[in-house]
Amino acid sequence: MPGRIAVSDRAAALWQTATLTEIRRETPAVATFRFAVPGWAGHLPGQHLMLRLTAGDGYTAQRHYSLASPPDDAGHIELTLDHVEGGEVSGWFHTEARPGDEVEVRGPLSGFFAWPGDRPALLIGAGSGVVPLMAMLRHHRSRGLDVPLRLLVSARGPEELIYAAEYGAETTAVFTRRAPEGVPVGRLSAAQVAPLLAERPPGGWEAYVCGSNAFAEHASRLLVTAGQPVDRIRIERFG
Amino acid sequence: MNVTRGFTGRPRVHLPGLPPGQYDAGDDWPVLSAEVTPDLAPADWTFRIDGLVAEPRSWDWDEAHGLPASVYEGDIHCVTSWSKFGVRFGGVSLDAFLDVVRPDASATHAVAYSHSGYTTNLPLADLTGGRAWIAWEYGGRPLPAEHGGPARLLVPHLYFWKSAKWIAGLRLLDHDEPGFWEQNGYHARGNPWEEQRYSGD
Repeated sequence: MPGRIAVSDRAAALWQTATLTEIRRETPAVATFRFAVPGWAGHLPGQHLMLRLTAGDGYTAQRHYSLASPPDDAGHIELTLDHVEGGEVSGWFHTEARPGDEVEVRGPLSGFFAWPGDRPALLIGAGSGVVPLMAMLRHHRSRGLDVPLRLLVSARGPEELIYAAEYGAETTAVFTRRAPEGVPVGRLSAAQVAPLLAERPPGGWEAYVCGSNAFAEHASRLLVTAGQPVDRIRIERFG
Repeated sequence: MNVTRGFTGRPRVHLPGLPPGQYDAGDDWPVLSAEVTPDLAPADWTFRIDGLVAEPRSWDWDEAHGLPASVYEGDIHCVTSWSKFGVRFGGVSLDAFLDVVRPDASATHAVAYSHSGYTTNLPLADLTGGRAWIAWEYGGRPLPAEHGGPARLLVPHLYFWKSAKWIAGLRLLDHDEPGFWEQNGYHARGNPWEEQRYSGD
C-alpha cells in the first residue's frame, strides 16, 4: 500500500521548542493544548508528531500524538489529549501544564495517514481517535474544499464527544452507552456505514479509521463488508 | 537539556534493557498495523524466499513446521516508544530457511513482504546468525491475527516495524530498497539502541 504523501526528512529529524499558549477543555477528560512553534515546517491533516518531556535528572518521555489543527494555522499547532489513567505524559499535561511552558516536538511524521484534501474522504473515529480526522475536517472547511467528506464519530455519551460544537451536516455521531433523547444507543454498525458507501462519490472513498485497536478492527471490518477496497482503508490505532 | 517545568516522570528504577527514549509497556502489547487485519488461515499461509539465492522456494504451514523449532525469549521495542520485556515467541530461526535457499554472495539486503502488501527492508546481516525468526507462537499459544498471526517475521534487535506481520516472503537483493514505513519517513535500519527512528537520525 503506498504512502499518501512524501514527507520531509529534515523536519522529522529536528527537535523544536513548542511553547504552550492556550488550554481549552473539550470534555471532562480531554483538553486541547495549543502551541506556538515558530519554525514549524507545516503539515498535512492526519499527520502526527513526537513530543518529548525532560525531567530535571535528564530522564525523557516521548509520545506520538496526532495533530488536531489544520495546516493553515501558521506557526501554531494543536494537540488534543486524553487524560490517560496513570499517564506519565498526559498526566503532566492535564495536571501541571500551563501557558508559557515549553516542550519539545519533532515532525510532522509519516505520510501514510495524511489527507491533503484531494480525494473524497470517509472518516471514522472513536474517542480521541477523532483528533487527526478533525484536522481533516477543519482543513476541508477552512479551504472551502468541495471534495466530499463524511465523518462517523463514536463516543460513549454526549458529554464525552470531543469537538461536539464543531460538527455539521457531514458528521454522524454514534453513542455507545448514553445518548440524547430520541437518539439510539449502540455500537457503530453497518446501518451507519452502508449508506455512506452507497453514496460512493466519483473515484470512491479514501477511508481513514482511527481509534483503539478494538474499534479499528470493528470499523475496518464493517468497511470491508460494505464493499470498501482493503487497500483504500488507512488505519491508525492506539493501545 | 530542555527541562520541562514540573515534569518528574513516573517513579522509576533503572532498567538496563530499556533503550533510550523507551518506556516499559508492562502487560500491554499495543497493536499498530496501518492496514486491515487480513483474514488468513494457517492452511492458506505460505512463506517464500527468492531473489539472489541459489534455489528459490516456498514453504506452506506444514513444511515450515517441519524445520527445527526455535524460541526467542527476550525484549521487543516499538518506535512509538514502548518496549516489552521478557516475551517468548516460538517458531523457526530464519537461518533454517536461508540454509535451504543458499543466498548468493552478492545478496546484501532483503525486502520482507506480507500477505497484506506491507513491506520493510533489512540488511541481510540482521536476518542471519540466530537474530531473526519466523514466529507463530506467543507465550505458548498461536500468535493472534492482530499481532501478525498465523506467522510473522521477528527481528527483535530492531524496532518492531521491521518484524513484518503476516509474513509472506523475503526477496534478497544486492541493494537497499525502502519499504512501507521507510518510504514514509522512517529510518532505513531502526536500531533502538541508537534511536534510529526517522530518516536522518
